[in-house]
Amino acid sequence: MKALFSRIVALTKKYWVTLSTPSKVFSLGFLTMGGFIAGIMFWGGFNTALEVTNTEAFCTSCHEMRNNVFVELQPTIHYTNRSGVRATCPDCHVPHNWTDKIARKMQASKEVWGKIFGTIDTREKFLDKRLELAQHEWTRLKANNSLECRNCHNLNSMDFTRQSKRAMQMHSTELASGNKTCIDCHKGIAHRLPDIKAGEAAK
Amino acid sequence: MKKLIAVLFSCLVLSTFAQTGDGHPPGLRGTAPLDKEPVSPLMPKMVNDDIRKGRAYAMQPPVIPHQIENYQVDRNFNKCMTCHGRDRVPESQAPMVSVTHFMDRDNNFRSEISPRRYFCTQCHVPQMDVKTPVENTFIDAEKAAAAKKAAKK
Repeated sequence: MKALFSRIVALTKKYWVTLSTPSKVFSLGFLTMGGFIAGIMFWGGFNTALEVTNTEAFCTSCHEMRNNVFVELQPTIHYTNRSGVRATCPDCHVPHNWTDKIARKMQASKEVWGKIFGTIDTREKFLDKRLELAQHEWTRLKANNSLECRNCHNLNSMDFTRQSKRAMQMHSTELASGNKTCIDCHKGIAHRLPDIKAGEAAK
Repeated sequence: MKKLIAVLFSCLVLSTFAQTGDGHPPGLRGTAPLDKEPVSPLMPKMVNDDIRKGRAYAMQPPVIPHQIENYQVDRNFNKCMTCHGRDRVPESQAPMVSVTHFMDRDNNFRSEISPRRYFCTQCHVPQMDVKTPVENTFIDAEKAAAAKKAAKK
């Protein structure tokens, strides 16, 4: 044990000496430019890989998503509509802002764990866990004031006169005053709701 | 024998064709010949004006004056109750479900709607913005009684 520890210390020292000594072979210009270019490539590669995980095709490549929540999305207005604008998984479930996106992606590593250990790998397991999973999303959207909804739906751009009477009534009072946020009333617009009391969904 | 069957069969076919031209409305299928695919009419819009419609007779379940597309009403959840439920009415100002809906089959009042009244669209239906193909000649009992009285005089 002691021998292992001293070996680690010796190795660290060796690498530290290498890293802290000025280069004998490469010029300063080469090192700076090289570092700069490598940085761009790393950054580009990182973001490209990140964007790949941010597509409908990626989300639905797992049967957990494809057979449960994705089929439920398909008949809804966000997927099938007259104007051909479509909101897919990441539009609502991943923040668009970079910092928030990274934070959400780090949280999502839990989902990789779930995939590996088959937390919801059958329909029954999914249904049992659905309420908990739904509540996570509701809490998240409530906390960020329905940010993902507002990426497209802007209160200031709403023409109340073109809404139905009920919608106009609610949006011009509760939403405009900030008493309520989108998710308070619009739960279950893209997926089927789990077993909750009707009154609970609108709170 | 074969000849007879052929004659009878052609008579049958002719008589079915004859019926389409006798002034009856063509029905949902339209007037297209049987071997042709008729062009479907456009999907009608659901009435969404939020104006309560009258009832044709006292016990008629009120019709829904708004659109209900994709409303979830299943064993997990009842979307209608997010506005028409007893605890939701103060906020939504929607008409509350009738008190009869809280009664079970033994006429006991429950605090929640009875399972036999749970599936709203079994009785309550939205309206489509369409021209009726035939005129509706229904008159309610009150008017019918008045008309009968007037006829007697």
